[in-house]
Amino acid sequence: MQHTHISARQSLFDLKLREFWQYRDLVWLFTRRSFKVSYMQTILGPLWLFINPLLTSITYVVLFGSIAKLSTDGVPQLLFYLSGHALWAFFAGCVTSNASTFTDNASLFGKVYFPRLVMPVSSVLSRLIQFGIQMLMVLALLIWYAGKGMVAPLWQRWFLLPLLLLQLGILGMGVGIIISSLTTKYRDLRILVDFGVSLWMYATPVVYPLSTVSDALRRLLRWNPVTPVMELYRRLLLGVGQVDGVSLSCSILVSLAVAFAGVLIFNRIERTFMDTV
Amino acid sequence: MQEQELALRIRGLKKQYRLGVINRGTLQAELQSWWAQKRGRDDPNRRIGAETGADGQSFWALDGIDLDIRRGERVGIIGANGAGKSTLLKLICRITAPTEGEIDIWGRVSSMLEVGTGFHREMTGRENIYMNGAILGMSRAEIDACLENIIDFSELREFIDTPVKRYSSGMFVKLAFSVAAHLRSEIMIMDEVLAVGDMAFQQKCLSRMRQAADEEGRTVLYVSHNMTTIRQLCDRCIVLSHGRVIFDGDAERAIAAYLNQSIGDNDVDMDLTVKSHIRKTACSSVSMTRLRLADKVTAVYEPGEDLRLLLTLEISEPLPPLYFRLTLRTETDLGLATAWSQPLTMERSGENTVRLTLPIDSLAKGCFYASIGVYRCDELGRMLPLDHISHAFKFEASGLPVWNVNAHGYMHLPQIRAACET
Repeated sequence: MQHTHISARQSLFDLKLREFWQYRDLVWLFTRRSFKVSYMQTILGPLWLFINPLLTSITYVVLFGSIAKLSTDGVPQLLFYLSGHALWAFFAGCVTSNASTFTDNASLFGKVYFPRLVMPVSSVLSRLIQFGIQMLMVLALLIWYAGKGMVAPLWQRWFLLPLLLLQLGILGMGVGIIISSLTTKYRDLRILVDFGVSLWMYATPVVYPLSTVSDALRRLLRWNPVTPVMELYRRLLLGVGQVDGVSLSCSILVSLAVAFAGVLIFNRIERTFMDTV
Repeated sequence: MQEQELALRIRGLKKQYRLGVINRGTLQAELQSWWAQKRGRDDPNRRIGAETGADGQSFWALDGIDLDIRRGERVGIIGANGAGKSTLLKLICRITAPTEGEIDIWGRVSSMLEVGTGFHREMTGRENIYMNGAILGMSRAEIDACLENIIDFSELREFIDTPVKRYSSGMFVKLAFSVAAHLRSEIMIMDEVLAVGDMAFQQKCLSRMRQAADEEGRTVLYVSHNMTTIRQLCDRCIVLSHGRVIFDGDAERAIAAYLNQSIGDNDVDMDLTVKSHIRKTACSSVSMTRLRLADKVTAVYEPGEDLRLLLTLEISEPLPPLYFRLTLRTETDLGLATAWSQPLTMERSGENTVRLTLPIDSLAKGCFYASIGVYRCDELGRMLPLDHISHAFKFEASGLPVWNVNAHGYMHLPQIRAACET
């Protein structure tokens, strides 16, 4: 029979991963629920998954492509923005949806126990699925343009894509749950999140390629752990983008560190956050 | 006690809550305090004269609980508001962590601390069953196995594929209870959820819980203010008061102990401001502040003596005519009878004292609890409570010399008119 021991003192590093594994069905159910619920009672339903990024990308084409005339490294504008936006939306989604884990689910967390980590993991998973769906659209465009010889994807290196998504996923989740752990006490952080994330987007080569910025700025942008991932992604997908090993390794290390710290803090907060929310 | 027999073991359990503002409000101040503490200096944000640390603005919701619960026991938990019942359940359900002490649980815990926890309004009844099962850590296969039982018990087969947002609150309770009662858990925790359902379903739930304990060997923990359901369900009852266990044992005796500690024995002058009031509106225009048993030294009434009360009211605005209500309950908290006063118009605002007289000749010998209330009458003739205190005081009636409450009941009715029929 299952034995549970609850004690006032608990090791900081007791992450209860075995218990988490026991609850894997719940991760999947929460993921499914978030999809079902968000498109219920809408006319277009899941079509919004396509319409949303398409409209955003068209806006980028008009705003950054036609008016600001930013370079896209010779890649067709729509493809450049659509693919860039898909990856950024995945990362930003991981951050924002996790940033309010505790406060949004306070009523559920306050009444029933399950490993709280289920929530962040399932929201990363649902963002990943959204990304996959958007990728279908990107892929269609990619094949079309590749057929016309306008882009040269590195097809044989695509096995790196899942690793890259994994890295972004854990980085996004790490940042998100650190924020959510702090928001249990300081609500004002919530307001900053949306602003911070959109600022972060402009500090990442999403609507412009890294090759167009000045050397000084480029050195600065390399500190951003999302930059090398974005560039590697472009390299694989579109055949453009500057990747260097040093900044990529740094970015991987930072991601791992942030995710680990996030899980530790989260684990600490989940024990008693109901007393402060 | 053998460990194998235990479902739950609690040792030295304490939970502290901080009162007032939880944090210092800003991150800077918090960091400052933390830094000062680290270096062993005085906290720059501490108020001068305030005690160091959280003392003085904290309280112990649970103050050292030790408890052993064997498998298959049906345990009731009672206590006044704020006695620590809900906190205890929250700690057992792992919603929050204890400040001190340890809990060991053998088996899975399914809890129903509130109706329909974890139910999502947009999802159908069936999907919610799966969701709830998964929240309990059950696999899909395990849920499949008891799905039919759940649907049958809930009496909602035809609505099971409807989103639960279209359910009435009664249907909601039925589904929620069915899920909690049938999912394969070894320990079932219920926090007064049955109050919402209809009587027939309530009885069904109680017998289901009894069955779960007796036949399936599951352990039931049930918190309620409803002594009748406690009496029906529990074979053991724990009374909490100010975060401590003050009684642990037989349900009837526990109920008597609980009611006894909430009202001082033979009190003839009571401060009502410290009791819990039930009001229709938050800021009532009338509030009962003091109650005296007129001309009494002890609350013992001889045969033929009337119950005479002096009730002090604080009135803040002109009021419609007031009706006073007394409801009598037996020592084991069975509702017995209610008496109303004629309407009384209070002219003066401020402090008023009302004399209430009730003949209690018809009561049998024994102790009784009385609830007292001030009501007004609306246009439709319904009585609306302005202020009500349940179990406001206790008194003892000396009663008739030859009377057996078990055979004759707690009160005797007026004489039967007997006549010969020709």
